[in-house]
Amino acid sequence: MKKIFLRGAIAFATVLLMTGIPVLADDAETIEEVTEVVTIDSGNVAWMLTSSALVLMMTAPGLALFYGGLVRKKNILGVMMQCVFLMGMMSVIWAICGYSLAFGGTNPYFGNFDHLFLKGIIPSAELSMEASVDGMIFTVFQGMFFIITPALICGAFAERMKFSTMCVYSALWGVLIYCPIAHWVWADSGWLCEWNEAALFPALDFAGGTVVHISSGCSALVCAILVGKRLGFGQEPMPPHNLTYTTIGAALLWVGWFGFNAGSALAANAFAVNAFVATHMAAAAGVVAWAGAEWVKRGKPSILGACSGAVAGLVCITPAAGAVNPIHGLILGFIAGIGCFFACTTLKNHFGYDDSLDAFGVHGVGGTIGALLVGVFATVHITGGRVGLLEGNPGQMVNQVVSIAASAALGIIGSFILLKILDATMGLRVSQDEERQGLDLSQHDEEGYIFL
Amino acid sequence: MKKIEAIIRHFKLEEVKDALTEAGVSGMTVSEVKGFGRQKGHKEQYRGAEYTVDFVPKVKIEIITADDEVQKAIDAILTTARTGQIGDGKIFVSSLTEAIRIRTGETGGESL
Repeated sequence: MKKIFLRGAIAFATVLLMTGIPVLADDAETIEEVTEVVTIDSGNVAWMLTSSALVLMMTAPGLALFYGGLVRKKNILGVMMQCVFLMGMMSVIWAICGYSLAFGGTNPYFGNFDHLFLKGIIPSAELSMEASVDGMIFTVFQGMFFIITPALICGAFAERMKFSTMCVYSALWGVLIYCPIAHWVWADSGWLCEWNEAALFPALDFAGGTVVHISSGCSALVCAILVGKRLGFGQEPMPPHNLTYTTIGAALLWVGWFGFNAGSALAANAFAVNAFVATHMAAAAGVVAWAGAEWVKRGKPSILGACSGAVAGLVCITPAAGAVNPIHGLILGFIAGIGCFFACTTLKNHFGYDDSLDAFGVHGVGGTIGALLVGVFATVHITGGRVGLLEGNPGQMVNQVVSIAASAALGIIGSFILLKILDATMGLRVSQDEERQGLDLSQHDEEGYIFL
Repeated sequence: MKKIEAIIRHFKLEEVKDALTEAGVSGMTVSEVKGFGRQKGHKEQYRGAEYTVDFVPKVKIEIITADDEVQKAIDAILTTARTGQIGDGKIFVSSLTEAIRIRTGETGGESL
């Protein structure tokens, strides 16, 4: 998420190789001004285009299969449609106003309307193709995050939410909750932005611990509670109908996450390499931790546990991948694996809410653990500046806690208000008959499995 | 004519099929079924949610034989499908009123 790195890396490459094409530079400009010149570095462009595609792949097929396998077979298309339709709808919103509301302007709290319809991002008569490339890459990369974040919430209300209400909720959630949080944390002027010298609480959030996982995870909890339990929850069995899909989905998420985290370096540089390796190690430790916890607690490890552990580790390393080394990644992944295991089993059972696919248990809890632990482990060897508790900066913990609380609060309060309004106007749930019939037929007139 | 329905374990299907063919049975219908008898079901756990699954998956074989060949077929199933453990399955025998080959319209023993 560090636009500054892309600029820096590009300028560095330009100076080093002397092969740049300073499209906007006047000959009279000073060296300082030249460093701001946008020059295309094919390595960075290639990596960022790849990363953007990888992040899109996380929503579908990644999340669509991961979630799709976990529901009963009468609801698989319902879940997959939520993922696929969000790929469409959220991208449209991103182009129209989302990007502008997230990254426009210099206000610390809100974006503005400067970039409506990607104004200034797509080439115009005055702006050449080359000059717009870095802006356009950043826009599309960020747009992929705008898609997957509301898709994560779908796990909480799976198997019972009305499709029309889901669309309206996701659209409003994206504009009113995601965009402000992304602005706080990642816009150069944001009040939580790590590299904004005027930020009130500069928090470390490399790839979206607060923006993506805490915001969606906490909203998911509100959804699970307000939408209510599935019919027959606790009385009739609701086992996953196809864990092979879930396994494929988890593996695709793992691969896609390399784009998510290593891509957040916004360049093919050392940050990207470290983020890639730390991400991998966290996922690996998550697998061992969650499956290991099951092994100890109930005698057998499960494939669902291994997959869930990988995702928990990946969620946890997301805010930290640009501030900790791969061995810290192992520690984070391990703690997230254990922590999310207890959140999805003990905690959920204790309170009795029906977070159907554990969107809160994995993303809310894992994201919070990661956002806290990056404040502990952040090291100068990786960040080059800001450090955490272990290197003598306890103040960073305060920043982390504030960023967690702020994004959780907006997610919870915002979702609560949105859902109350939607409940009164459109209704949140399908009818009981429709729920029994399944979302595939009742919402889409289709069936997932037709073998004859 | 008799109809024999045998509920057996999945992994015994090939052996039973071969033994029945040996015993002169010329055709059979096989389906995947679920049910329960004395064999208990099993428990499944998904992220801490525990379910008891009562219905155990089995394979059902249906064959039709002439009255005087029933015992041979039953013996073939008994010797091949048995493991001695609970859950080996059951054999049901019933009388069959008629059997007809669709292609030719042949009936009774001719149609088998």
